[in-house]
Amino acid sequence: MIWNQNKECMSTDEMRALQGRRLHKIVKYVYHNVPFYRNKLQEMDVTPDDIRSIEDIHKLPFTTKQDLRDNYPFGLQAAPKSEVIRVHASSGTTGNPTIVGYTRKDIEVWSECMTRCLTAYGVSRDDIFSVAYGYGLFTGGLGAHYGVENLGAAVVPTSTGNTEKHVRLIRDLGITGIACTPSYALYLAETMDHMGISKNDIRLRVGAFGAEPWTESMRTEIESRLGLKGFNLYGLSEIMGPCVSYECQEQHGSHICEDHFFPEIIDPETLQPLPYGEVGELVFTTLTKEGMPLLRYRTKDLCSLMNDPCPCGRTSVRMGRILGRSDDMLIIRGINVFPSQVESVVLSMPEFAPRYLLVIDRVNNLDTLQVQVEVRQEYFTEQFDTLGALGTLEKRLANKLKSVLSISAKVQLKAPGTIERSQGKSKFVLDKRQLK
Amino acid sequence: MTINQLSIFIENRQGTLLQVLDLFKRAGIQIIATNLADTVEYGILRIICTEPQKAFEALKKEGLAVNMTEVFAVEIDNEAGRGADAIASFVNQGVSIAYLYSFIVDGKGILIFRTDNPAWAAEAISKNQLSTLSEKDLPSLV
Repeated sequence: MIWNQNKECMSTDEMRALQGRRLHKIVKYVYHNVPFYRNKLQEMDVTPDDIRSIEDIHKLPFTTKQDLRDNYPFGLQAAPKSEVIRVHASSGTTGNPTIVGYTRKDIEVWSECMTRCLTAYGVSRDDIFSVAYGYGLFTGGLGAHYGVENLGAAVVPTSTGNTEKHVRLIRDLGITGIACTPSYALYLAETMDHMGISKNDIRLRVGAFGAEPWTESMRTEIESRLGLKGFNLYGLSEIMGPCVSYECQEQHGSHICEDHFFPEIIDPETLQPLPYGEVGELVFTTLTKEGMPLLRYRTKDLCSLMNDPCPCGRTSVRMGRILGRSDDMLIIRGINVFPSQVESVVLSMPEFAPRYLLVIDRVNNLDTLQVQVEVRQEYFTEQFDTLGALGTLEKRLANKLKSVLSISAKVQLKAPGTIERSQGKSKFVLDKRQLK
Repeated sequence: MTINQLSIFIENRQGTLLQVLDLFKRAGIQIIATNLADTVEYGILRIICTEPQKAFEALKKEGLAVNMTEVFAVEIDNEAGRGADAIASFVNQGVSIAYLYSFIVDGKGILIFRTDNPAWAAEAISKNQLSTLSEKDLPSLV
Protein backbone atom coordinates (compact mmCIF):
# COMPACT_ATOMS: atom_id res chain seq x y z
CA MET A 1 0.00 0.00 0.00
CA ILE A 2 1.07 3.57 -0.65
CA TRP A 3 -0.22 6.30 1.68
CA ASN A 4 0.34 9.34 -0.52
CA GLN A 5 0.31 8.14 -4.14
CA ASN A 6 0.47 11.72 -5.37
CA LYS A 7 3.74 12.59 -3.61
CA GLU A 8 5.41 9.21 -3.27
CA CYS A 9 4.94 8.29 -6.92
CA MET A 10 5.35 11.72 -8.51
CA SER A 11 7.40 11.80 -11.71
CA THR A 12 10.97 12.89 -11.16
CA ASP A 13 10.53 16.04 -13.26
CA GLU A 14 7.47 17.10 -11.30
CA MET A 15 9.25 16.34 -8.01
CA ARG A 16 12.28 18.44 -8.96
CA ALA A 17 9.99 21.31 -9.96
CA LEU A 18 8.10 21.06 -6.67
CA GLN A 19 11.37 20.93 -4.73
CA GLY A 20 12.64 23.97 -6.63
CA ARG A 21 9.55 26.01 -5.73
CA ARG A 22 9.73 24.90 -2.10
CA LEU A 23 13.46 25.62 -1.89
CA HIS A 24 12.95 29.16 -3.15
CA LYS A 25 10.22 29.66 -0.57
CA ILE A 26 12.20 28.25 2.35
CA VAL A 27 15.32 30.28 1.49
CA LYS A 28 13.18 33.41 1.37
CA TYR A 29 11.60 32.44 4.68
CA VAL A 30 14.89 31.90 6.55
CA TYR A 31 16.42 34.98 4.91
CA HIS A 32 13.74 37.11 6.50
CA ASN A 33 13.39 35.26 9.81
CA VAL A 34 16.76 33.80 10.82
CA PRO A 35 19.61 36.33 11.17
CA PHE A 36 22.13 33.46 11.13
CA TYR A 37 21.07 32.49 7.58
CA ARG A 38 20.62 36.06 6.37
CA ASN A 39 24.21 36.85 7.40
CA LYS A 40 25.54 33.69 5.80
CA LEU A 41 23.69 34.31 2.52
CA GLN A 42 24.76 37.94 2.44
CA GLU A 43 28.37 36.92 3.00
CA MET A 44 28.08 34.60 0.02
CA ASP A 45 26.29 37.29 -1.96
CA VAL A 46 23.23 35.09 -2.48
CA THR A 47 19.67 36.39 -2.34
CA PRO A 48 16.48 34.32 -2.29
CA ASP A 49 15.91 35.37 -5.90
CA ASP A 50 19.06 33.50 -6.93
CA ILE A 51 17.37 30.26 -5.89
CA ARG A 52 15.04 29.38 -8.76
CA SER A 53 15.40 25.61 -9.11
CA ILE A 54 16.55 22.69 -7.01
CA GLU A 55 19.92 22.75 -8.83
CA ASP A 56 20.54 26.13 -7.21
CA ILE A 57 20.86 24.36 -3.86
CA HIS A 58 24.62 24.24 -4.46
CA LYS A 59 24.73 28.01 -3.97
CA LEU A 60 23.54 27.64 -0.39
CA PRO A 61 25.69 27.39 2.73
CA PHE A 62 25.94 24.23 4.84
CA THR A 63 24.64 24.02 8.40
CA THR A 64 26.41 21.95 11.04
CA LYS A 65 25.68 20.64 14.52
CA GLN A 66 28.13 23.26 15.76
CA ASP A 67 25.91 26.00 14.28
CA LEU A 68 22.98 24.56 16.25
CA ARG A 69 25.06 24.58 19.40
CA ASP A 70 26.36 28.09 18.83
CA ASN A 71 22.80 29.33 18.43
CA TYR A 72 21.44 27.51 21.48
CA PRO A 73 18.63 27.42 22.30
CA PHE A 74 16.35 29.17 19.78
CA GLY A 75 18.79 31.05 17.52
CA LEU A 76 17.89 29.06 14.40
CA GLN A 77 14.19 29.11 15.10
CA ALA A 78 12.32 30.81 12.25
CA ALA A 79 8.75 30.70 13.54
CA PRO A 80 7.65 33.08 16.28
CA LYS A 81 7.44 31.47 19.71
CA SER A 82 3.66 31.71 19.69
CA GLU A 83 3.55 29.33 16.69
CA VAL A 84 5.71 26.65 18.33
CA ILE A 85 3.63 23.87 19.89
CA ARG A 86 6.32 21.34 20.80
CA VAL A 87 10.01 21.28 21.65
CA HIS A 88 12.32 18.26 21.52
CA ALA A 89 15.93 18.09 22.63
CA SER A 90 18.73 15.74 21.75
CA SER A 91 22.04 15.25 23.48
CA GLY A 92 24.80 17.76 22.83
CA THR A 93 28.53 17.32 23.09
CA THR A 94 29.39 20.03 25.54
CA GLY A 95 26.34 20.15 27.72
CA ASN A 96 24.18 22.10 25.28
CA PRO A 97 21.49 19.87 23.86
CA THR A 98 20.12 20.48 20.38
CA ILE A 99 16.74 22.16 20.68
CA VAL A 100 14.14 21.76 17.95
CA GLY A 101 10.81 23.61 18.03
CA TYR A 102 7.88 22.41 15.92
CA THR A 103 4.87 24.36 14.70
CA ARG A 104 1.46 22.73 14.32
CA LYS A 105 2.13 22.29 10.61
CA ASP A 106 5.52 20.67 11.33
CA ILE A 107 3.81 18.10 13.52
CA GLU A 108 1.29 17.47 10.73
CA VAL A 109 4.06 16.94 8.17
CA TRP A 110 5.91 14.68 10.59
CA SER A 111 2.78 12.59 11.18
CA GLU A 112 2.08 12.43 7.44
CA CYS A 113 5.61 11.23 6.66
CA MET A 114 5.55 8.75 9.52
CA THR A 115 2.27 7.40 8.15
CA ARG A 116 3.93 6.92 4.76
CA CYS A 117 6.58 4.80 6.49
CA LEU A 118 4.05 2.66 8.34
CA THR A 119 1.94 2.13 5.22
CA ALA A 120 5.02 1.04 3.29
CA TYR A 121 5.73 -1.51 6.03
CA GLY A 122 2.23 -2.90 5.52
CA VAL A 123 0.66 -1.46 8.68
CA SER A 124 -3.03 -0.54 8.39
CA ARG A 125 -5.97 0.60 10.53
CA ASP A 126 -6.50 -3.01 11.57
CA ASP A 127 -3.18 -3.21 13.39
CA ILE A 128 -2.38 -2.77 17.06
CA PHE A 129 0.97 -1.07 17.17
CA SER A 130 3.36 -0.79 20.08
CA VAL A 131 5.72 2.19 20.15
CA ALA A 132 8.71 1.13 22.22
CA TYR A 133 10.97 4.07 21.54
CA GLY A 134 11.52 6.32 24.52
CA TYR A 135 8.79 8.92 24.97
CA GLY A 136 10.10 12.27 26.06
CA LEU A 137 12.71 14.69 24.79
CA PHE A 138 13.83 12.02 22.31
CA THR A 139 11.84 12.27 19.07
CA GLY A 140 11.41 8.52 18.64
CA GLY A 141 8.43 7.87 20.90
CA LEU A 142 6.13 10.76 20.09
CA GLY A 143 7.17 10.82 16.43
CA ALA A 144 6.15 7.22 15.81
CA HIS A 145 3.10 7.63 18.05
CA TYR A 146 1.58 10.43 15.97
CA GLY A 147 2.17 8.48 12.77
CA VAL A 148 0.29 5.45 14.08
CA GLU A 149 -2.62 7.60 15.23
CA ASN A 150 -2.68 9.47 11.92
CA LEU A 151 -2.85 6.14 10.10
CA GLY A 152 -5.74 5.05 12.30
CA ALA A 153 -4.15 1.96 13.81
CA ALA A 154 -4.35 1.55 17.59
CA VAL A 155 -1.20 2.79 19.24
CA VAL A 156 0.09 1.25 22.47
CA PRO A 157 2.55 3.77 23.94
CA THR A 158 4.79 1.23 25.63
CA SER A 159 7.95 3.35 25.67
CA THR A 160 11.08 1.65 26.98
CA GLY A 161 11.65 -0.37 30.13
CA ASN A 162 9.50 -2.99 31.86
CA THR A 163 10.13 -5.50 29.12
CA GLU A 164 8.26 -8.40 30.74
CA LYS A 165 5.08 -6.36 30.93
CA HIS A 166 5.62 -5.39 27.32
CA VAL A 167 5.89 -9.04 26.29
CA ARG A 168 2.66 -9.84 28.14
CA LEU A 169 0.90 -6.97 26.35
CA ILE A 170 2.20 -8.14 22.98
CA ARG A 171 0.75 -11.58 23.68
CA ASP A 172 -2.48 -10.61 25.44
CA LEU A 173 -3.52 -7.71 23.17
CA GLY A 174 -2.43 -9.47 20.02
CA ILE A 175 -0.10 -6.61 19.12
CA THR A 176 0.84 -6.89 15.44
CA GLY A 177 3.39 -4.13 14.94
CA ILE A 178 6.24 -2.63 16.92
CA ALA A 179 8.62 0.32 16.60
CA CYS A 180 11.85 0.15 18.61
CA THR A 181 15.61 -0.01 18.26
CA PRO A 182 16.84 -3.25 16.67
CA SER A 183 18.83 -4.11 19.78
CA TYR A 184 15.71 -3.70 21.90
CA ALA A 185 13.88 -6.07 19.55
CA LEU A 186 16.51 -8.70 20.25
CA TYR A 187 16.29 -8.01 23.95
CA LEU A 188 12.56 -8.52 23.69
CA ALA A 189 13.22 -11.92 22.07
CA GLU A 190 15.53 -12.86 24.96
CA THR A 191 12.93 -11.82 27.48
CA MET A 192 10.34 -13.94 25.70
CA ASP A 193 12.70 -16.91 25.93
CA HIS A 194 13.08 -16.39 29.67
CA MET A 195 9.33 -16.12 30.08
CA GLY A 196 8.77 -19.26 28.05
CA ILE A 197 6.79 -17.41 25.38
CA SER A 198 7.49 -18.47 21.81
CA LYS A 199 6.91 -16.55 18.61
CA ASN A 200 3.92 -18.82 17.96
CA ASP A 201 2.23 -17.35 21.04
CA ILE A 202 2.32 -13.82 19.65
CA ARG A 203 1.00 -12.09 16.54
CA LEU A 204 3.75 -9.58 15.75
CA ARG A 205 4.21 -9.28 11.98
CA VAL A 206 5.81 -5.86 11.35
CA GLY A 207 8.76 -4.17 13.01
CA ALA A 208 9.93 -0.58 12.39
CA PHE A 209 13.53 -0.46 13.51
CA GLY A 210 15.82 2.52 13.68
CA ALA A 211 17.64 5.08 15.84
CA GLU A 212 20.84 3.03 15.75
CA PRO A 213 22.91 1.28 13.09
CA TRP A 214 22.05 -2.34 12.40
CA THR A 215 22.98 -5.06 9.97
CA GLU A 216 21.33 -7.61 7.70
CA SER A 217 22.34 -10.39 10.08
CA MET A 218 20.56 -8.61 12.93
CA ARG A 219 17.51 -8.30 10.70
CA THR A 220 17.56 -12.04 9.99
CA GLU A 221 17.90 -12.85 13.66
CA ILE A 222 15.12 -10.48 14.78
CA GLU A 223 12.81 -11.76 12.05
CA SER A 224 13.35 -15.41 12.91
CA ARG A 225 13.04 -14.92 16.66
CA LEU A 226 10.01 -12.62 16.69
CA GLY A 227 8.31 -13.99 13.58
CA LEU A 228 7.92 -10.60 11.94
CA LYS A 229 9.27 -8.69 8.97
CA GLY A 230 11.66 -5.93 10.02
CA PHE A 231 11.93 -2.60 8.19
CA ASN A 232 14.42 0.22 8.43
CA LEU A 233 13.19 3.57 9.75
CA TYR A 234 15.54 6.55 9.53
CA GLY A 235 15.34 10.02 10.93
CA LEU A 236 17.11 12.62 12.99
CA SER A 237 15.69 15.20 15.32
CA GLU A 238 17.45 18.16 13.71
CA ILE A 239 15.54 17.46 10.50
CA MET A 240 12.31 16.13 12.05
CA GLY A 241 12.59 12.79 13.86
CA PRO A 242 11.81 9.26 12.67
CA CYS A 243 10.04 9.49 9.25
CA VAL A 244 12.77 10.95 7.02
CA SER A 245 13.17 7.67 5.12
CA TYR A 246 11.72 4.17 5.19
CA GLU A 247 12.02 0.81 3.50
CA CYS A 248 9.23 -0.56 1.35
CA GLN A 249 8.46 -4.27 0.85
CA GLU A 250 11.38 -4.48 -1.62
CA GLN A 251 13.83 -3.58 1.15
CA HIS A 252 16.35 -2.20 -1.29
CA GLY A 253 17.25 1.13 0.25
CA SER A 254 15.03 3.53 2.19
CA HIS A 255 12.68 5.87 0.35
CA ILE A 256 13.20 9.49 1.37
CA CYS A 257 10.22 11.81 1.86
CA GLU A 258 11.97 14.10 -0.58
CA ASP A 259 9.10 16.50 -1.06
CA HIS A 260 9.90 17.60 2.51
CA PHE A 261 13.56 16.65 3.02
CA PHE A 262 15.89 17.15 0.07
CA PRO A 263 18.89 14.78 0.22
CA GLU A 264 22.41 15.29 -1.09
CA ILE A 265 25.57 13.26 -0.73
CA ILE A 266 28.79 15.24 -0.41
CA ASP A 267 32.44 14.47 -0.01
CA PRO A 268 33.00 15.32 3.68
CA GLU A 269 36.48 16.66 2.90
CA THR A 270 35.90 18.79 -0.21
CA LEU A 271 32.17 19.40 0.47
CA GLN A 272 31.54 18.79 -3.25
CA PRO A 273 28.37 16.92 -4.23
CA LEU A 274 28.82 13.27 -5.19
CA PRO A 275 26.80 11.39 -7.83
CA TYR A 276 24.22 8.68 -7.11
CA GLY A 277 25.76 5.45 -5.92
CA GLU A 278 28.81 6.99 -4.30
CA VAL A 279 29.27 6.88 -0.55
CA GLY A 280 29.64 10.21 1.20
CA GLU A 281 28.08 12.35 3.88
CA LEU A 282 24.31 12.68 3.82
CA VAL A 283 23.01 16.26 3.79
CA PHE A 284 19.39 17.33 4.17
CA THR A 285 17.55 20.55 3.43
CA THR A 286 14.12 20.86 5.00
CA LEU A 287 11.82 22.14 2.24
CA THR A 288 8.68 22.81 4.26
CA LYS A 289 9.71 23.13 7.88
CA GLU A 290 8.40 26.17 9.76
CA GLY A 291 9.82 25.82 13.27
CA MET A 292 13.50 25.27 12.60
CA PRO A 293 14.18 25.00 8.87
CA LEU A 294 17.73 23.94 8.04
CA LEU A 295 19.65 24.48 4.81
CA ARG A 296 22.02 21.71 3.77
CA TYR A 297 22.35 20.22 7.23
CA ARG A 298 25.34 17.89 7.46
CA THR A 299 24.10 14.73 9.18
CA LYS A 300 27.62 13.21 9.44
CA ASP A 301 26.00 9.91 8.46
CA LEU A 302 27.82 8.15 5.65
CA CYS A 303 25.76 6.42 2.96
CA SER A 304 24.88 6.55 -0.73
CA LEU A 305 21.75 7.59 -2.66
CA MET A 306 19.95 5.58 -5.34
CA ASN A 307 17.56 6.81 -7.98
CA ASP A 308 16.92 3.69 -10.03
CA PRO A 309 13.22 2.77 -10.24
CA CYS A 310 11.88 0.75 -7.33
CA PRO A 311 9.47 -2.10 -8.20
CA CYS A 312 7.16 -0.89 -5.40
CA GLY A 313 6.06 2.01 -7.59
CA ARG A 314 7.46 4.81 -5.49
CA THR A 315 9.66 7.18 -7.44
CA SER A 316 11.45 8.79 -4.52
CA VAL A 317 15.22 8.76 -4.14
CA ARG A 318 16.42 6.03 -1.77
CA MET A 319 19.31 5.98 0.67
CA GLY A 320 21.44 2.94 1.42
CA ARG A 321 22.30 1.69 4.88
CA ILE A 322 24.24 4.03 7.13
CA LEU A 323 27.81 2.79 6.86
CA GLY A 324 29.39 4.96 9.52
CA ARG A 325 29.94 8.52 10.67
CA SER A 326 32.19 11.26 9.44
CA ASP A 327 32.61 12.46 13.04
CA ASP A 328 33.25 10.57 16.26
CA MET A 329 29.64 10.27 17.42
CA LEU A 330 28.68 6.88 18.78
CA ILE A 331 25.18 5.50 18.94
CA ILE A 332 24.79 3.40 22.06
CA ARG A 333 21.40 1.88 22.83
CA GLY A 334 19.92 4.41 20.42
CA ILE A 335 21.42 7.37 22.27
CA ASN A 336 23.96 9.68 20.66
CA VAL A 337 27.18 9.75 22.64
CA PHE A 338 30.20 11.90 21.87
CA PRO A 339 33.56 11.01 23.44
CA SER A 340 33.94 14.70 24.31
CA GLN A 341 30.97 14.41 26.68
CA VAL A 342 32.82 11.74 28.64
CA GLU A 343 35.96 13.85 28.49
CA SER A 344 34.23 16.86 30.05
CA VAL A 345 32.99 14.72 32.96
CA VAL A 346 36.38 13.09 33.55
CA LEU A 347 38.11 16.48 33.47
CA SER A 348 35.68 17.82 36.05
CA MET A 349 36.93 15.32 38.65
CA PRO A 350 40.49 16.01 39.85
CA GLU A 351 40.85 12.44 41.11
CA PHE A 352 41.31 11.24 37.53
CA ALA A 353 43.98 11.84 34.95
CA PRO A 354 42.69 13.61 31.79
CA ARG A 355 42.71 10.35 29.91
CA TYR A 356 40.05 7.78 29.27
CA LEU A 357 39.02 4.89 27.07
CA LEU A 358 35.46 4.12 26.02
CA VAL A 359 34.84 0.45 25.40
CA ILE A 360 31.58 -0.30 23.63
CA ASP A 361 30.39 -3.84 23.21
CA ARG A 362 27.19 -5.71 22.58
CA VAL A 363 26.40 -8.32 25.23
CA ASN A 364 23.20 -10.36 24.92
CA ASN A 365 22.12 -7.97 22.18
CA LEU A 366 22.34 -4.91 24.39
CA ASP A 367 25.00 -2.28 23.96
CA THR A 368 27.31 -1.83 26.91
CA LEU A 369 29.48 1.17 27.62
CA GLN A 370 32.51 0.95 29.82
CA VAL A 371 34.56 4.01 30.73
CA GLN A 372 38.12 3.35 31.83
CA VAL A 373 39.81 6.11 33.79
CA GLU A 374 43.16 6.42 35.49
CA VAL A 375 43.31 7.22 39.18
CA ARG A 376 45.73 10.12 39.47
CA GLN A 377 48.78 9.24 41.52
CA GLU A 378 48.57 12.26 43.79
CA TYR A 379 44.91 11.63 44.50
CA PHE A 380 45.43 8.10 45.71
CA THR A 381 45.77 9.40 49.23
CA GLU A 382 44.95 8.06 52.64
CA GLN A 383 41.23 8.53 52.10
CA PHE A 384 41.32 6.15 49.13
CA ASP A 385 43.04 3.45 51.10
CA THR A 386 39.87 1.34 51.32
CA LEU A 387 37.94 -0.48 48.61
CA GLY A 388 34.81 1.21 49.90
CA ALA A 389 36.21 4.66 49.15
CA LEU A 390 37.30 3.60 45.68
CA GLY A 391 33.84 2.15 45.09
CA THR A 392 32.28 5.46 46.08
CA LEU A 393 34.60 7.30 43.69
CA GLU A 394 33.55 4.92 40.90
CA LYS A 395 29.91 5.51 41.71
CA ARG A 396 30.32 9.30 41.70
CA LEU A 397 31.80 9.19 38.22
CA ALA A 398 29.13 6.73 37.04
CA ASN A 399 26.35 9.03 38.30
CA LYS A 400 27.85 12.08 36.61
CA LEU A 401 28.24 10.17 33.34
CA LYS A 402 24.66 8.97 33.54
CA SER A 403 23.32 12.49 33.97
CA VAL A 404 25.35 13.83 31.04
CA LEU A 405 25.02 10.88 28.62
CA SER A 406 21.49 9.72 29.54
CA ILE A 407 22.72 6.13 29.52
CA SER A 408 24.49 4.10 32.18
CA ALA A 409 28.18 3.49 31.86
CA LYS A 410 30.27 1.05 33.82
CA VAL A 411 33.30 2.73 35.30
CA GLN A 412 36.59 0.90 35.50
CA LEU A 413 39.41 2.39 37.55
CA LYS A 414 42.88 1.88 36.14
CA ALA A 415 46.31 2.42 37.62
CA PRO A 416 48.17 5.61 36.62
CA GLY A 417 49.80 5.45 33.22
CA THR A 418 48.06 2.28 32.08
CA ILE A 419 45.71 3.77 29.49
CA GLU A 420 47.54 4.03 26.21
CA ARG A 421 48.54 7.56 25.22
CA SER A 422 47.50 8.42 21.72
CA GLN A 423 47.40 11.31 19.31
CA GLY A 424 44.27 10.57 17.34
CA LYS A 425 40.92 11.14 18.96
CA SER A 426 39.52 7.86 17.71
CA LYS A 427 41.98 6.03 19.92
CA PHE A 428 39.86 7.03 22.92
CA VAL A 429 37.20 4.66 21.68
CA LEU A 430 37.24 0.90 21.34
CA ASP A 431 34.06 -0.21 19.62
CA LYS A 432 33.88 -3.99 19.79
CA ARG A 433 30.43 -4.22 18.20
CA GLN A 434 30.83 -5.55 14.72
CA LEU A 435 28.06 -3.79 12.90
CA LYS A 436 29.66 -3.23 9.52
CA MET B 1 51.20 3.18 68.84
CA THR B 2 50.84 3.31 65.03
CA ILE B 3 53.05 2.28 62.15
CA ASN B 4 53.20 3.29 58.51
CA GLN B 5 51.57 1.01 56.02
CA LEU B 6 51.87 1.33 52.25
CA SER B 7 48.75 0.91 50.13
CA ILE B 8 49.21 0.35 46.43
CA PHE B 9 46.44 0.41 43.85
CA ILE B 10 46.99 -2.47 41.44
CA GLU B 11 44.93 -3.71 38.58
CA ASN B 12 43.90 -7.34 38.27
CA ARG B 13 46.33 -8.01 35.49
CA GLN B 14 49.12 -10.50 35.31
CA GLY B 15 52.42 -9.03 36.48
CA THR B 16 51.18 -6.05 38.50
CA LEU B 17 51.89 -7.68 41.87
CA LEU B 18 55.33 -8.78 40.75
CA GLN B 19 56.14 -5.24 39.59
CA VAL B 20 55.64 -4.01 43.16
CA LEU B 21 57.48 -6.87 44.85
CA ASP B 22 60.41 -6.54 42.46
CA LEU B 23 60.77 -2.94 43.50
CA PHE B 24 61.14 -3.95 47.14
CA LYS B 25 63.63 -6.58 46.13
CA ARG B 26 65.79 -4.13 44.20
CA ALA B 27 65.66 -1.59 47.03
CA GLY B 28 66.60 -4.25 49.57
CA ILE B 29 63.56 -3.55 51.70
CA GLN B 30 62.05 -6.50 53.50
CA ILE B 31 58.32 -7.04 53.68
CA ILE B 32 57.05 -8.00 57.13
CA ALA B 33 53.38 -8.49 56.37
CA THR B 34 51.15 -8.00 53.39
CA ASN B 35 47.50 -8.21 52.48
CA LEU B 36 45.79 -8.01 49.11
CA ALA B 37 42.15 -6.95 48.99
CA ASP B 38 40.57 -7.38 45.60
CA THR B 39 37.50 -6.45 43.59
CA VAL B 40 36.69 -7.74 40.13
CA GLU B 41 38.94 -5.25 38.39
CA TYR B 42 41.51 -3.99 40.84
CA GLY B 43 42.91 -4.48 44.30
CA ILE B 44 44.70 -2.68 47.09
CA LEU B 45 47.96 -4.24 48.15
CA ARG B 46 48.85 -3.31 51.73
CA ILE B 47 52.39 -3.74 52.95
CA ILE B 48 54.20 -3.42 56.28
CA CYS B 49 57.93 -3.26 55.67
CA THR B 50 61.22 -2.37 57.31
CA GLU B 51 61.64 1.03 55.64
CA PRO B 52 58.24 2.40 54.65
CA GLN B 53 59.43 5.93 53.79
CA LYS B 54 62.12 4.67 51.44
CA ALA B 55 59.72 2.18 49.84
CA PHE B 56 57.10 4.91 49.44
CA GLU B 57 59.55 7.11 47.50
CA ALA B 58 60.60 4.22 45.28
CA LEU B 59 57.02 3.22 44.46
CA LYS B 60 56.08 6.79 43.68
CA LYS B 61 59.05 7.20 41.40
CA GLU B 62 57.88 4.12 39.52
CA GLY B 63 54.62 5.97 38.86
CA LEU B 64 52.44 3.73 41.00
CA ALA B 65 49.40 4.93 42.88
CA VAL B 66 50.66 4.50 46.42
CA ASN B 67 49.95 6.10 49.75
CA MET B 68 51.26 5.82 53.25
CA THR B 69 48.66 5.31 55.94
CA GLU B 70 49.03 5.15 59.69
CA VAL B 71 47.60 1.91 61.01
CA PHE B 72 47.41 0.46 64.48
CA ALA B 73 49.59 -2.55 65.29
CA VAL B 74 48.45 -4.28 68.46
CA GLU B 75 50.45 -7.07 70.02
CA ILE B 76 48.59 -10.03 71.52
CA ASP B 77 49.59 -13.25 73.22
CA ASN B 78 49.85 -16.31 71.05
CA GLU B 79 46.83 -18.04 72.61
CA ALA B 80 43.31 -18.84 71.57
CA GLY B 81 40.87 -16.00 72.30
CA ARG B 82 43.36 -13.14 72.63
CA GLY B 83 42.30 -11.67 69.29
CA ALA B 84 38.70 -11.58 70.39
CA ASP B 85 39.68 -9.90 73.67
CA ALA B 86 41.66 -7.22 71.88
CA ILE B 87 38.91 -6.45 69.40
CA ALA B 88 36.34 -6.43 72.21
CA SER B 89 38.19 -3.57 73.88
CA PHE B 90 37.92 -1.55 70.70
CA VAL B 91 34.31 -2.41 70.07
CA ASN B 92 33.47 -1.37 73.62
CA GLN B 93 35.04 1.98 72.92
CA GLY B 94 32.82 2.43 69.83
CA VAL B 95 35.69 1.97 67.39
CA SER B 96 34.79 0.52 64.01
CA ILE B 97 37.42 -1.27 62.01
CA ALA B 98 37.81 -0.64 58.29
CA TYR B 99 40.14 -3.55 57.58
CA LEU B 100 42.36 -5.90 59.55
CA TYR B 101 45.06 -8.48 58.97
CA SER B 102 47.47 -10.28 61.28
CA PHE B 103 50.74 -12.13 61.50
CA ILE B 104 52.86 -13.88 64.11
CA VAL B 105 56.39 -12.82 64.93
CA ASP B 106 58.65 -13.94 67.79
CA GLY B 107 55.82 -15.86 69.42
CA LYS B 108 53.53 -12.82 69.47
CA GLY B 109 50.45 -12.16 67.40
CA ILE B 110 50.24 -8.76 65.68
CA LEU B 111 46.89 -7.29 64.60
CA ILE B 112 47.15 -4.56 61.98
CA PHE B 113 44.04 -2.47 61.44
CA ARG B 114 42.73 0.84 60.26
CA THR B 115 39.92 2.77 61.86
CA ASP B 116 38.27 6.07 61.10
CA ASN B 117 38.25 6.89 64.84
CA PRO B 118 41.98 6.81 65.69
CA ALA B 119 41.52 8.92 68.82
CA TRP B 120 39.04 6.46 70.32
CA ALA B 121 41.26 3.55 69.37
CA ALA B 122 44.19 5.19 71.16
CA GLU B 123 41.98 5.63 74.18
CA ALA B 124 41.00 1.98 74.13
CA ILE B 125 44.65 0.97 73.91
CA SER B 126 45.74 2.96 76.93
CA LYS B 127 42.64 2.07 78.93
CA ASN B 128 43.17 -1.65 78.40
CA GLN B 129 46.96 -1.42 78.57
CA LEU B 130 47.39 -3.15 75.22
CA SER B 131 50.90 -3.22 73.86
CA THR B 132 51.46 -1.81 70.42
CA LEU B 133 54.23 -1.55 67.85
CA SER B 134 55.63 1.72 66.65
CA GLU B 135 57.73 2.77 63.70
CA LYS B 136 61.05 2.15 65.43
CA ASP B 137 60.12 -1.47 66.13
CA LEU B 138 59.83 -2.33 62.44
CA PRO B 139 63.51 -3.09 61.61
CA SER B 140 63.74 -5.46 64.57
CA LEU B 141 60.86 -7.57 63.34
CA VAL B 142 62.94 -9.22 60.62
